[in-house]
Amino acid sequence: MAEPIISIRNVSKRYRLGKLNMTSFRDELQSWFQGRGDAGKPAGPADFLALNDVSFDVEEGQVLGLVGRNGAGKSTLLKILSRITEPSEGEIHLRGRLASLLEVGTGFHPELSGRENIFLNGAVLGMSKAEILRKFDEIVEFSEISRFLDTPVKRYSSGMYVRLAFAIAAHLEPEILIVDEVLAVGDAEFQRKCIDKMESMRRTEGRTILFVSHNAEVVNRLCSHCVLLERGEVRAVGLTQAVMAQYHGSAAAVRGPGHWVSLSGAAHAGTQRATFQKVRYQRIDDIGETVPEDGAIYPMSRVRFEIEIEALEAITAHSLALTIYSREGVKLLNYDTVSKGMLVRLRPGRNSFEIRTDPMPLNPGAYAVGFWLEPHRGAPPADWIESAFQMEVAAPKGENAWNRPFSDGLVFSPFEITTDGETANRLSLA
Amino acid sequence: MSTAARVPSVIIRKNQAWLYLDWRGIVDYRDLLFVLVRRDFIARYKQTILGPAWFVLNPLITTLVYSLVFSSVLGVSTAGVPPVLFYLSGLLSWSYFSNLVSTAGTTFISNVNLFGKVYFPRMVVPFALVLSNMISFGIQLLTFLAVLACLVVQGRFQVHAGGLAIALLLTPLYLVHIALLGLGVGLLLSALTAKYRDFQYLVPFVVNLWMYASPVIYPVSHIPKRFAWLVILNPMAPIVENMRSLFLGTPPMDTWLMALSIGESFAVCIVGVLVFQRTARTFIDFI
Repeated sequence: MAEPIISIRNVSKRYRLGKLNMTSFRDELQSWFQGRGDAGKPAGPADFLALNDVSFDVEEGQVLGLVGRNGAGKSTLLKILSRITEPSEGEIHLRGRLASLLEVGTGFHPELSGRENIFLNGAVLGMSKAEILRKFDEIVEFSEISRFLDTPVKRYSSGMYVRLAFAIAAHLEPEILIVDEVLAVGDAEFQRKCIDKMESMRRTEGRTILFVSHNAEVVNRLCSHCVLLERGEVRAVGLTQAVMAQYHGSAAAVRGPGHWVSLSGAAHAGTQRATFQKVRYQRIDDIGETVPEDGAIYPMSRVRFEIEIEALEAITAHSLALTIYSREGVKLLNYDTVSKGMLVRLRPGRNSFEIRTDPMPLNPGAYAVGFWLEPHRGAPPADWIESAFQMEVAAPKGENAWNRPFSDGLVFSPFEITTDGETANRLSLA
Repeated sequence: MSTAARVPSVIIRKNQAWLYLDWRGIVDYRDLLFVLVRRDFIARYKQTILGPAWFVLNPLITTLVYSLVFSSVLGVSTAGVPPVLFYLSGLLSWSYFSNLVSTAGTTFISNVNLFGKVYFPRMVVPFALVLSNMISFGIQLLTFLAVLACLVVQGRFQVHAGGLAIALLLTPLYLVHIALLGLGVGLLLSALTAKYRDFQYLVPFVVNLWMYASPVIYPVSHIPKRFAWLVILNPMAPIVENMRSLFLGTPPMDTWLMALSIGESFAVCIVGVLVFQRTARTFIDFI
């Protein structure tokens, strides 16, 4: 059997925490004169292990998904793989040229023309001049910027810029391609182009692709195998479905309705200028009153979410969102103030919010709930919890119940079926 | 295994590329080197009306200022040479050195976006600076020769045709010498500025002070005895003085000082490269 195209052996990455100041400068001078680098120092309490003894292989032609929560070490691993930084321990063998679609536009110089930047960016990505010349026409055609080829790229619209950048990256011919979906945020059109390109690379060219994503749908569609990272360690390796189920299953505990759930233990990301503190969800009836006796959520229940946020300063937020994910991590519902065109004002201190939903078309089961708070469009989030807890949707009981086996659709919505003018379900129930 | 040999195989582990320079990588990325040289050169005077003419005007304006301040007002000696020629010839070697130091000195900071996203041998960037600054040196040399020709035609100065030919033949050697020193100092500074931004603010002062410590605007003969040690220590002093001597026939400095300067330059360059390599490995972790 052929050797794996990427083999990662016991890779660890240690970061030294703390400020760079006079003390660290002195320490460094000292360690220089004592003739050893930081690598030789024992791990101190201020050290942080971003990757801990990570090992796995990627076979040639495989499309491998790399999944994990924020801070699980995905980006660190990518940085090491693309040789931007070095591991503190361990070894990686790459058998082939590696390129990454997250490098679009790297090295573009705003003052230079599109034509000059094609050569600059191509060379930065490791293409030879001959190679660029050979593909020049294709790149120009793909990017649809032929009219502006001699205009400085600083005058390009952002769309043109991205198209040109992507066209160059897409014409690389690496044996290994890395795609970090998180970094390709923003332009939906561009994301689709990326994904289409990856699919074609996988199908027709047999490239090895390492795909990092939060988007479970895409991971499910593209990747045969997955690696799950958790706190810098490999938690699971295997077929995508099994790994993704573990990823979203292990995410957070199931919390029933009607109780406050503290979010202090959840995995927060973002600037933390404001943080989600606790949350409670309950069923409400059609006029918006809480349904007291059990509060359980059934398919097509209206739900009230009460959220408490602690803010360090006054923030006018562009987006406050609550997101419901399926077990496989597919984003099912996103209750986002953006879709209301609203800004949310946060005072310093405690802030309470309430979200009342229309009937939620969910099948019985457990659903991960995530939170997002973004101060400005495109700014890093103030707080982001990918999966805070799992919400339970109970199987309906009693007379009004559709307690038959449910369809395996992602969501559910009630329906009528008739035969010769008579209602079919009445017939079968009778 | 024969197929595996075709594709480049890379091993990533800690502490690599520290003592050894990735020559193979730099050769592989030679196209990048030339593209970067082009970028450095072209981008410098984009969206200016005069464009590349600034490469000519820059030293001329500086020379004018020096002539006015140091020669006319302060009356600093120019060793019997017309002040314009004196300053232009001093600036010839000095500008190349100082441009190289200040551009290479911020290699990491000014290329964070590049270095943070894609791998290539980092040394390509400062090497590109060595070459692109050579182009401006070339333009400056032509400017100097033009001014020299004017003054000779006017009969205000005399040169030996043979001496000038020797000077031009030796110029590439001087360039290599300055490149070694400037690259070394620049690389050392780049490693410092990457981690401690304080040095970013210090670099212009250091370069400025260094110029006044070098015989750019005064002849070495004018340095007081008690500062003689400074001239001996300063590897730029014999370069500036002797290059001027080549073109204008002013008295040169001792050969042993030149030899010392060459030795110092080699040493600084080697240390600079090592420190740069060491920083390049993981600088993105603390930038």
